[in-house]
Amino acid sequence: MAEVNTEGKGGKQKGKSKKMSTRVDFTPMVDLGFLLITFFMLTTTMLKPQTMEISMPSKDKVTEEEQTKIKASKAITIILGKDNKVYYYFGTRENNIDPKVEATNFSNDGIRKVLLMRNAEVMQKIAELKNQKAQNKIKEEDFKKKTSEARSDKTAPVILIKATDESSYRNLVDILDEMQICNIGRFAIVDITPYDLDLVKKSNI
Amino acid sequence: MPKVKVKRKSTWVDMTAMCDVAFLLLTFFMLTSNFTAKEAIQVDTPSSISEIKIPEVNIMKIVVDKEGKVFFGIDGQEKRISLLEKIGEAYKLDFTAEEKHQFSLVTSFGIPVEKMKAFLSLSSSDRDSKENALGIPSDSLNNQFKDWVKAARQVNPDLKIAIKADQSTPYPKIKNVMNTLQELDENRYNLITSLEEAPENL
Repeated sequence: MAEVNTEGKGGKQKGKSKKMSTRVDFTPMVDLGFLLITFFMLTTTMLKPQTMEISMPSKDKVTEEEQTKIKASKAITIILGKDNKVYYYFGTRENNIDPKVEATNFSNDGIRKVLLMRNAEVMQKIAELKNQKAQNKIKEEDFKKKTSEARSDKTAPVILIKATDESSYRNLVDILDEMQICNIGRFAIVDITPYDLDLVKKSNI
Repeated sequence: MPKVKVKRKSTWVDMTAMCDVAFLLLTFFMLTSNFTAKEAIQVDTPSSISEIKIPEVNIMKIVVDKEGKVFFGIDGQEKRISLLEKIGEAYKLDFTAEEKHQFSLVTSFGIPVEKMKAFLSLSSSDRDSKENALGIPSDSLNNQFKDWVKAARQVNPDLKIAIKADQSTPYPKIKNVMNTLQELDENRYNLITSLEEAPENL
């Protein structure tokens, strides 16, 4: 294997009692070692998959009084359409005037820009907190507590996510991702209503 | 001129050091590895910036493929056996000890209850074939998926729900799964995603 016979002559040398070499040929063992390494390398998962935690509202009937009312001015409705399109409108129908529906997409300048703009106050607060943390002024725990407080601030926008039947799972994950990026604490996945579908249709975008 | 005798050198290579390295690496991989659990179907998960890792134990894994077929699996061999017993009771099916044992080795499956017996009698390699990737019926007429979740919850109350779906799965399919879970008062899920870098300067 790793040795090429250099003695050349071959045959036994008579008479002389040859000293047996105590060297062991490790080549097969190395082969075996690397075979097993290959096996373990291919079968392992070094990275555990990531997960996104969401809570859905429970289906129990909630009476009118128990429902959390949100200010219409703080509400943003996001509708996930087909072909990765996103529609959004602010507030709700008031004085018989339908809110204006805008269309956008999932790019950096798309829905994220809108959400960041609307959530500027919270973003600023969190940026400040991050700054303080970087300078070791506040502890990790305090930072977490304060950020979650800032996120669920009463004045922060509330997002209603409504996915149409044409949207895909990816769209849903993407929009949940945007919620995290834009530090939005209050959002809910809601069933789409015929009114919303109608709004999108009418807007023609 | 006298002949210059070229001394033949031995080509023996000392493999001991290489062997050491090989086994060192082997030890490392053996200790750090956790095996990829075989799944009934391969799905391409969407990516997110979320960095929460999924726990290793007490997971109820729901896999939804592109066409919306639902696959289901829980961890723990004993738990799987009691899960099958519960389902057997509900559907008036009697599973033999051998079938129970076979079921305890299945990490994820997507087969209607009626075909479960035939499925378990197959060899483990035949189980992965396309014909057996039928998905668990989860429509409103025949919602076996709901029974599986219910039974799994009874077997192990600590189970966390992990939903792994393909990124091109149409939303209504996911909604159906989530609605079923909501009917059972299961309102917290983990959506399994792959990692994506978070945008900076925010």
